[in-house]
Amino acid sequence: MPEKALAAPRRKPRGTALLGAVPFFGYVAIFLIVPTLVVVIGAFAGTDGAVSSANVEALTNGYLLDAFGRSIVLSAVSALVGAVLGALLAYALVTASGLVRRIATSAAGVLAQFGGVTLAFAFLATIGLSGFVTVWLHDHLSIDLYANGVWLFELPGLILVYTYFQIPLMVIVFLPALDGVRPQWREATESLGGSTWQYWTRVAGPLLAPAFLGSTLLLFANAFSAYATAAALVSQGSPIIPLQIRGALTSEVVLGQQNVGKAMALGMVVVVAVVMGLYSLLERRTAKWLG
Amino acid sequence: MAGVIARRRRNQRAFRWVVFVVLGVFFLLPLAAMVEFSARDSQTWPLLVNWPKLSDTYPDLADGIVASLEQAGLTAVLMLVLLVPTAIWVRLRLPRLRRTVEFLCLLPLTIPAIVLVVGLAPVYAWVTYFLGDSSSTLVFAYTILVLPYAYRAIDAGLSAIDVRTLAEASRSLGAGWSTVIVRVVLPNIRSAVLSAAFLTVALVLGEYTIASLLNRTNLQVSIALLGKSSATMSVAVSLAALLLAFALLLLLSLAGRSRKDSK
Repeated sequence: MPEKALAAPRRKPRGTALLGAVPFFGYVAIFLIVPTLVVVIGAFAGTDGAVSSANVEALTNGYLLDAFGRSIVLSAVSALVGAVLGALLAYALVTASGLVRRIATSAAGVLAQFGGVTLAFAFLATIGLSGFVTVWLHDHLSIDLYANGVWLFELPGLILVYTYFQIPLMVIVFLPALDGVRPQWREATESLGGSTWQYWTRVAGPLLAPAFLGSTLLLFANAFSAYATAAALVSQGSPIIPLQIRGALTSEVVLGQQNVGKAMALGMVVVVAVVMGLYSLLERRTAKWLG
Repeated sequence: MAGVIARRRRNQRAFRWVVFVVLGVFFLLPLAAMVEFSARDSQTWPLLVNWPKLSDTYPDLADGIVASLEQAGLTAVLMLVLLVPTAIWVRLRLPRLRRTVEFLCLLPLTIPAIVLVVGLAPVYAWVTYFLGDSSSTLVFAYTILVLPYAYRAIDAGLSAIDVRTLAEASRSLGAGWSTVIVRVVLPNIRSAVLSAAFLTVALVLGEYTIASLLNRTNLQVSIALLGKSSATMSVAVSLAALLLAFALLLLLSLAGRSRKDSK
């Protein structure tokens, strides 16, 4: 058995075996652990190097709190819209033929990675001030998309653009759960006299709820940590927290504020960690019910 | 009962069509708009395929493209050199460390790139001090960024074969550890290594956050810069970069699928 086979190398000094893992751990220590510690320690370091909670307290400043709020609204709304539309699309794919499903899941895998500068420019070309749709609507239907101000560079625009990569991500993470729903459950509901409505609200709905909630949380974390798309789209002002961090990194910092950027970064990590923790709890429940 | 099933099938088909058409328009419209937008100036596309003229007219863009290709290649090499031997070694000799390695590799998933940049800034002050401020130095950060994806691909490849038996067989025939890793295990996880490299290239070609905030250049940074001066050209380059990434990832997912099917 494997245990016996293990016994031979184990008799040798462990040191030589450990040496083989040194390059990896050394590399990860320098480029992952040190940066993480820089953020965590920096967030609690005062200007004179002493421990201080001033940076973290600065997060409760009006404009930073607003930025955090907007980040959360943006992530929550884009996650909800993405989750609902993505779940509908996933259900449509489950009932579709094998070929359609294969092509669509491949496309979803690609589109979920599509973000950043190119996505921002895609939307600028579509509904930017001289974009394809903007111009077409204006010329043919005389509708002015921006009659009430240019919303593309503000929160509503960001939500729309984020939805573009949230829906495909939802399809990828929600499809396995839908595959876990067995046709026998529907047949059993029907043979007991249940209607389609009852099947969805009493059987499939509750069974799929943990998977749906978990996927929505994953989408939330995905939107919350996104930076490049918003950075390329919004060049003036910093409505959301990643853009505030950009401001803290690139502009001249006010004396005594050098570490506020790190406190903001720590705040982001805390939010993402909490959300991902909840996600893994729900994931466990999904595996139990639909695995 | 048969009538109910037929009706449900009809309903499902109608539902499917509505969803596909609505979301299809949503997903294809931006791509179509990019084609239309970039074709407004008839000079744009011919210029994009004419490399000497392109690097003459837009030197920043040419620099960005070259830098991105360099970064993609170097990151793939560094990732493979760092991760493949470690993953094999940990499986064979240090099984107790496996969970630690897995945890470290998946850690970047919970640390947003924008947060990583904040912590990397002081580290890169040292990198600049020792190695200069060339854009290729971004490779160090990118290797961390692609760790989760590359690790999962390689780990899946290693799980599919019996590494221990292969290693014991070759050891009993007198092979050294380097021979075991390079000539016995590696050829067996070729497709996993390939997909890890593909993912790495696709991710690096799309990276913007770290490059722009550490004041280095790559394709995405130069596209963003171009957007400020020439909108048509920037949309055309975006579309070209996008199609390249699509092709890479689609190839990857189709290759992965056919491998599963043939089993």
